[in-house]
Amino acid sequence: MGARHRLSSAFWRRPWLKAALLLTPPLAAFVLVYLAALVSLFVSSFWSVDAFTGKLIHQWTLQNFHDLLHSNGTYLRIAGRTIGIAAAVTITDAVLAFPLAYFMARLAGRRVRALLFVLVLLPLWSSYLVRIYAWQTILSHNGALNWSLNKIGLPDANLAYTNWAMWIVFSYVWLPFMIIPVFAAVERIPDSFIEASGDLGARGRRTFRSVVLPLALPGVVAGSIFTFSLTLGDFITPLLVGGNSSSFIGNVVEDFIGINGNIPFSAAFATVPVIVMAAYLLIARKLGAFEAL
Amino acid sequence: MRRIRRGHVLIALFTAALCVPAAGVGSGTATGSLPTKIGKGEGSLNLIEWPAYADKSFANKFVQQTGCKIHRKDAGSSNQMVALMRTGGGGGGGQYDLVSASGDASLRLILGGDVQPVNINLIPSWKKFVSVFKSPAHNTVKGVHYGVSVQWGPNTLIYNTKRVKPAPTSWAALYSSKYKGKITVPNNPIQIADAALYLMKSKPSLGITDPYELNKSQFDAAVSLLKQQKKLLKRYWNYAADEITSIANGDVTIGATWPYQTLALQAKHVPVKEIIPREGATGWADTWMLAKKAPHPNCAYLWMKYVTTPQVEAKQAIVFGETPVNPKACPFMNKIQAGSCAKYHLNQPLSYYNRIHFWKTPVPDCGNGKKDCMDYNAWQKAWAQITG
Repeated sequence: MGARHRLSSAFWRRPWLKAALLLTPPLAAFVLVYLAALVSLFVSSFWSVDAFTGKLIHQWTLQNFHDLLHSNGTYLRIAGRTIGIAAAVTITDAVLAFPLAYFMARLAGRRVRALLFVLVLLPLWSSYLVRIYAWQTILSHNGALNWSLNKIGLPDANLAYTNWAMWIVFSYVWLPFMIIPVFAAVERIPDSFIEASGDLGARGRRTFRSVVLPLALPGVVAGSIFTFSLTLGDFITPLLVGGNSSSFIGNVVEDFIGINGNIPFSAAFATVPVIVMAAYLLIARKLGAFEAL
Repeated sequence: MRRIRRGHVLIALFTAALCVPAAGVGSGTATGSLPTKIGKGEGSLNLIEWPAYADKSFANKFVQQTGCKIHRKDAGSSNQMVALMRTGGGGGGGQYDLVSASGDASLRLILGGDVQPVNINLIPSWKKFVSVFKSPAHNTVKGVHYGVSVQWGPNTLIYNTKRVKPAPTSWAALYSSKYKGKITVPNNPIQIADAALYLMKSKPSLGITDPYELNKSQFDAAVSLLKQQKKLLKRYWNYAADEITSIANGDVTIGATWPYQTLALQAKHVPVKEIIPREGATGWADTWMLAKKAPHPNCAYLWMKYVTTPQVEAKQAIVFGETPVNPKACPFMNKIQAGSCAKYHLNQPLSYYNRIHFWKTPVPDCGNGKKDCMDYNAWQKAWAQITG
């Protein structure tokens, strides 16, 4: 009794003690698990590996970064491909998601909205790997796509094992991650804003451009954080549906670690997406995406 | 006799230890302590294996006989095998006993100090092996055995008999624009050896004698050939199932393969055939290697002894679609599947093996006294640039 009493009065006298006690476990986890991993990644990118034994050499060197920049442009090309496809997927998903999210949030009745929600989220119930394999069969030479095209008298599309295939598959698998935040942002626009816009003489298109779009933009940017970063870090899709020039940063990292345990080079290459995402998040914050999450 | 032989082993080991300072073979455990007999099983055996390399159809009997309960860790690639062996401080991390390493991984494990020498005399079937598999360069360094050969297979040329006419006879088909957009090859740095093998015959002026021992100019020639080939490819295949799908769906009509995929496609009635082209072929040969920190060495020896017996060799060959290293397996194979001994080329004369260049990890030592060959690191970097 006495100890408990003393403890609670200690908390009462020093409010910071309570805060510290509450925050220590999550902060420790964050620092140890999350930041420590990032720091060790960054530090090991300045080491090298013994070609013979695959053991780490703990000596500072910039060789990895030099190799990244000076290997006939291979790694720059791979980084460019990764970022380019991630950007293309993000734009595609934004364009596809906006009308659907708008319909769900503002036009659909309660039942239709619930149904659409289930439909949007349904693919997430199945494994992402299964969905990629499904696309592999759809796009293949003897697949459903070419079969349908031939039925209506068109030639084969030849999309299997190309970067186009990767673009389609990525856009498909990450679409729900765009729809949900856009939906949330559109739903939050008060009806009174749209009425006021109409009262002031704006027609539908003007209202959309000047009221709906700016207010929904943070949602789009929030969704884009998901689609962009998920694509940026992926390495399965390129393996399964990619063609003869489809390596992503993730594939190079996997190869270098897998083949000769070259963690330093992989770490050096892995800093590229970290930097890209950091820049992306800074811009996203400017655009108000974090209020829409 | 034995004393003399052990003396040789000791000297060889000492030399190996000098040559490979980081390998750590001399760190107290290995040299003097090669077992002279197999003790009682420890009741457990942890394997890093190719899927089905300890298939229940033949492994269950081993478990009954020895009491060694098998725990399997399937690996999807040579690289994953090396990575698994190097977890937990290397040497199998005190967790794994044996690894069924292919020739592109085995030297890496030896040089990395992840595996330990074995006393080959404790594996009676070894004396019966086809001679090329007794002390092959990929698992025996300076006379010291780091495991026992188990099975092998060639890397063959597969083609769709309906779409590829006339039937190819040379690897040139994979470098010809005739099949542009219809070709597939494995996504593996060791594939550089396939290009080198083709150049060995088609461009003798390069002076390539061993596709795994390439100096700078020979290496560059192989790499530039592969860069041209890339433009002709539909894709690089990563998993056997990927290649099967691509060929079955008609996206690919010709490519480099293993007999396993050919058999799987033929079972699905896809019109494919495979050949060993006139230049010969590369091949993989797998070795059960003993982890440096193996916790159950007796069970490991018992397993190496068991899987190399003719009956088990035959069963494994049929399950996996590969060729035993023990020719005594031939009648047992035919008993399981009529004609399978010939189908898997186990009845071939020794000259047949001269056409197969078995995978081995490229090292700087060219075998001709020079040390200017490109090592595996260079191969892997070049491969990343070819495919990237």
